[in-house]
This record gives sequence, C-alpha cells and structure tokens, in this order.
Amino acid sequence: MKQVSLKKLNDAYQDRFGFVMPEKSVVSFDFGLSPEVIENISKSKQEPTWMRDFRLQSLQIFYQKKMPTWGPSLAEIDFAKIRYFIKDTDVEKKTWDDVPKEIKDTFDRLGVPQAEKEFLAGVKAQYNSEVAYSSLQAVLDEQGVIFCSMEEALRKHKKLFKEYFATLIPATDNKFAALNSAAWSGGSFVYIPKNTQVKRPLQSYFRINAARMGQFERTLIIADEGSSAQYVEGCTAPVYSEYSLHAAVVEVFVKKNARFRYSTIQNWSGNIYNLVTKRAKVFGNGVMEWVDGNLGAKTTMKYPSCYLVEEGAYGEMLSIAYAKDQQIQDTGAKMLHLASNTSSKIIAKSVSVTGGQSNYRGLVYVDKAASNCKSKVECDALILDAQSSTNTFPDMKIFGDEASVTHEASVSEIEEEKLFYLMSRGLNKTEAMTLLVAGFIEPIVKELPLEYAVELNRLIELEMEGSVG
Amino acid sequence: MLKIKNLEVSLNKKNILNKIDLSIKKNETHVLIGQNGAGKSTLAQSIMGNPNYLVKGEIIFDSYDLLKLDPQQRAGLGIFLSFQQVLEIPGVKIYDYLRLLYKKSHEQRLTPLKFKAFLKEKMDLLNFDAEFLTRYLNCGFSGGEKKKMEILQMLVLEPKLIILDEIDSGLDIDAIETVAKAINFLKKEKQSSILLITHYSRILNFIDINQVHLLDKGKIMANGNASLAKQIESQGFAAFLKEQI
Repeated sequence: MKQVSLKKLNDAYQDRFGFVMPEKSVVSFDFGLSPEVIENISKSKQEPTWMRDFRLQSLQIFYQKKMPTWGPSLAEIDFAKIRYFIKDTDVEKKTWDDVPKEIKDTFDRLGVPQAEKEFLAGVKAQYNSEVAYSSLQAVLDEQGVIFCSMEEALRKHKKLFKEYFATLIPATDNKFAALNSAAWSGGSFVYIPKNTQVKRPLQSYFRINAARMGQFERTLIIADEGSSAQYVEGCTAPVYSEYSLHAAVVEVFVKKNARFRYSTIQNWSGNIYNLVTKRAKVFGNGVMEWVDGNLGAKTTMKYPSCYLVEEGAYGEMLSIAYAKDQQIQDTGAKMLHLASNTSSKIIAKSVSVTGGQSNYRGLVYVDKAASNCKSKVECDALILDAQSSTNTFPDMKIFGDEASVTHEASVSEIEEEKLFYLMSRGLNKTEAMTLLVAGFIEPIVKELPLEYAVELNRLIELEMEGSVG
Repeated sequence: MLKIKNLEVSLNKKNILNKIDLSIKKNETHVLIGQNGAGKSTLAQSIMGNPNYLVKGEIIFDSYDLLKLDPQQRAGLGIFLSFQQVLEIPGVKIYDYLRLLYKKSHEQRLTPLKFKAFLKEKMDLLNFDAEFLTRYLNCGFSGGEKKKMEILQMLVLEPKLIILDEIDSGLDIDAIETVAKAINFLKKEKQSSILLITHYSRILNFIDINQVHLLDKGKIMANGNASLAKQIESQGFAAFLKEQI
C-alpha cells in the first residue's frame, strides 16, 4: 500500500518537478574534493588570491572538523562521490533573450507564474552553480541597490564584499560551513543602501540539475541603516537515485533601524541532504524575519539564527516543516540576545506523514550582559499516522536579568470529528485532510508571497492525494 | 424521499435508538422533539453517517441505501446536517471553503464574480457581514454566529434533505426568525425536505410543519401534527409522556 502511494508520489514529482534537462556543462570537474579541485574552482572564476587562500584554508578546516553527531545521521554522505563544481553558462547573460532556451524551458516547467513574467527582468535565476541570468531591474539601479551574483560582487564590489564576507559565519563554524567556504559557487549578493525601501521582493530560483552535484551557494545580504527589503528563494529539484548534497551559507546584516525579511520554500527531491547555515546579525532597533518552508529532501538540518547585538533589535522565525516517507526535517531557530531590550519570536509548525520525522531543535540564549529581553517560542506538530513521529529539543540558556522567555509546544492529530464534519459537507477524505493540514500551516503560509502560498497549498494537496489511503 | 425502517443504533456498545420508523416526503417539514438524552442527535448523526455509530436497520434516501454510503456520498445525494456542536476549523478561510462547497455540490460552474454575487445574496439573508469571508471557519465565533454559519453552508449547498440539530438553541428571537427565513427560502426555491430537531416550539411559529415526532429513551412515542408540539410544550414532557402510557 505504501509502496504504491510512494510511487504515485514520485511519479507526480517526476512530472511536476522531476524532469531532467540534458546536462550541457561548459566546465565540469571530476568527483571528489582536493586542494587541486578547489584551486581549479578559484582559477576558473578568476578570483583574487585572498579568496583562493580563503578557500584552501577552509578546506583544511573542513578536513579537521568532525561530522555533527547530535542530530540526524549523515553517515550516507560520501564526499568523494560529489562533483563540486559545474558551470553551465560561461558568461552571465545581459538580457532574457540571451538566456538559453533549455533554461527558459526549465522555468516554464517549474511554473513560474504568468503574473511574474513581467518581473523576470529582475529575477536572479540560478541554474546549476552559477547565476545564469542577471539583469538588474532599472528601479533597483536607480535606488543604488546591488543585487547580483556573488562572483560579480567579488569582482565589482571588492571592498563591501570583503568587509562582510564570512564575518558572521566563519569557515570554522561547522563542517558544512567549512565545505561551503571551500567550494562555494553562485548565490546572491544584496546591498540595500541607507534609508532605501525596496518594495518588490528580490527573488531567486535555485535548482539542482546535475547528478551527484553538490550545491554550495553563498548568499551575502547587507541591509544598511534605515532600509527595508525582502528576499525570496524557492527551490525544486529533479529526482535522482544517488545522494546529493546541498550546503548553503547565508549571511544577513541588518543595520540600525533596518528591516529585512528572508523567505524560503525548499522542496528538494527525496534524495538530497539539505544542510544549511543561515545567520543574521541585527543592530539597534533592526528587525530580521526568517520565513522558512521545508518540504522534501532526505534530511534537512537548518536552524536560521538571529544575533541580536544592539538594543531594540528584533528577530523572528516562522517555519513549516513537512516530513514524509522516511524524511527527516530537523529544523528550528536560534535567537541570541546579546544586548538589552532585545526580543524574539519563534513559531515552528510541522507535519509528519507516512513515516516522516520532524524535529524542532532550537536555542534561546540571553547573555549575562543583556537585561529585559523577551522571547516567545511556539512549536506545533501535526502527526497524520502512526508511522510518523515528531520530537522537540528546545534549549534555553538564560543568564540575563529580567528576561521573559516562554515556550509552548503541542502535538496533535487530525481529529476524526473534524474529518466527519467536513465530509458531511460533501468533501472527500483527501479534500478534508488537505483543508485541515493547509489550515494548520496557514498562519505561516499567509506570510509568504502569494505565488509561493498557492504553490505550497498545491503541494499539500498533491501530498495528501499520495498519503490518504 | 427519506425512509427509515426499524432502525437500531448503538454507540460504544450502548444501545441508543430502537425500532425507529420515520418517513419524510419531498418538501415536507418534520419536527423531532424530545428531552436531553432521548437520542435525537444520534438519529441525525446516523442519517449523515457518523462512523462512530453502529447502525442496523434501513435508511433509504431516493432509493439509495444510505448505510452503504460514506458521509461525503450522502452529502453528494443532497443530505445536509447542521451540527449541534459546531466545530472550529483553524486556517480555513470561509470564502475559499464555501467556494469549494459550491463546486462540490453544483454541476454548474460560476465565475468568481457570479459566485460572489450568489454568496452576497445568501449572506444578506442572514445579516452576515462580508468581513466574515476572510475569517477562519467558525474560529472565535459566538454561539449564534456558528449556527448562522451552518445555515450559510446550507444555503450554498442547496440540499434536498436538511437536518437541523437544535439550530435554534443559543439564538435570540430575531436570529431565530432570520434562520427560519433561510429555511423557508430553500423549502420554497428547492422544495427541500426538513427534519427539525428542537427543544422549543418558538421556531415553529415561523415555519409550517407537516408532522411532529416525540422521541423518548430511544423510541418514537407519539406522532402528530403541529398541535402536538404545542400540547407537549404546555403540558411538559413528563406529564405528556405519563398520559401516553
């Protein structure tokens, strides 16, 4: 029974997301990791010496660091079987017309909504490892906003890049941050000038499209004082039989009185290890919001954090995890209150079905030097069947005075009475389940841009069709 | 249209209903009265197909054997039950939900604009503010609002058989009149049949009824016309029942 539904689900994914475009790489390196491979990556990108050295040092750190053992098993990852760099287009395209048809087809099949096409001139689209398309919107240019690939930023905005790069997440942070630091390729660089308000969300689409290819994007965002902006990333990936690794690093700096929101929907195929380090540093009265949806992947480990370093800083995390078919969603958030009068909120919702496991793992830390801090943590787990499971690992380290920290957790099942109520109005079981599950995550979904919300609800529907027997 | 024969219902091995016979013809309105615990809600839930109840006997609707059908199939035939205990469904926006209900119950497709007009007419009938459409289904509603939301769903579904389980409890007299108006609307426009379960006869001042059935301890003790309800109310259940024996 389960095999059938799993197959059905995979077929559906194959159809909707799992198509595979022929590989056509300009440069690709052999499998495995070595100083030579790293040097080649750096050379092909014509990087300055400091970056090459940074990569090589990071590789040494990667070798020394142990695999994390406190979470889900990562034993199946074989670093020797991963290809560390593929460059699909040799130059960044200036206009949409120059973008290869193959890549456009990919976006069409991904269903980039019609309404969005008019904005496509502003879309950063990553295809394999490098930004395939990079035409900045005139509006952004006028505002002095920088939104480009990391490679371009390294060439064109040297000072800014070097001032912030890897200062919040050093290579020594963890093994996968070290790996990313050594092999990073692609990702976005964003700089919002002082007092600049960017209305439209900055968007990027990521996609893994080559077997055994690790993706190590690196994103660096600086929202200068008094600015506000939103960044949205969405991922889908083809189905592969071999294990693939995604280890991104995202650094966000939210300066005094600035406001930044980083939204993510990730829907990797069921063979991918998604091990991401995301961190924001929030200055005086700054506001950082993470909105994070994790579906798919074999194992996800992701705990976006906010370092609240000056008074009045606020950090927020809204997350949804959807674990199915033996998937492990090990997600959460970390809020570090390092200054007085800082506040934070974490709302984490998870759904586990057909043997999926979702864990909430989080930390609220209030420094000794920080008084009068507030934090609220809310974890709600929904379990749809007996094979599925959920765990909560909340960690609280409170050293400051007069801190107000609350933690609420709930685990619930779909109530039979509610199912009957909805079915008595003419809905079949799948529809009723879809409504109840979608309703459960709605408080977070409503924070997403509309097209993502629609896509997410469609996905839930697809999932329910596969799991209601 | 609805024929119940020799119905026996139990919940958790406890027998609740016995030897129930009841027939409702097209466009008829029947009233089921009885004290708390008499089994009125059990009968309503059994007709709708609540899987918690063990049901024996016969329930035939439009020549379909209901006992072989799931709740959604029964709803598909045009049966509607307004719940006595209305459930809150978090995160489900009322507009989206009602649109889904309309799609499930009607062959004809309406454009969003036409559906909005259709809905507005129904909501005006119930004095519902448009603001409700963006709220979550029944969440944070008062008792009266919940009952009215049940009636709004009924108006969207346009069912053939309407079972109203204490729709009038918790409603003030104005709200009762509003709800009665909605019921009469479907009676007239769709020739719907109605099974009205109630404690009080107030709502009967606004709706014409064909038959009254008195349920006590799981059995139907008396059948009659509208005057039976009045008689029972003036005498009280206990006294009336004593007289019957």
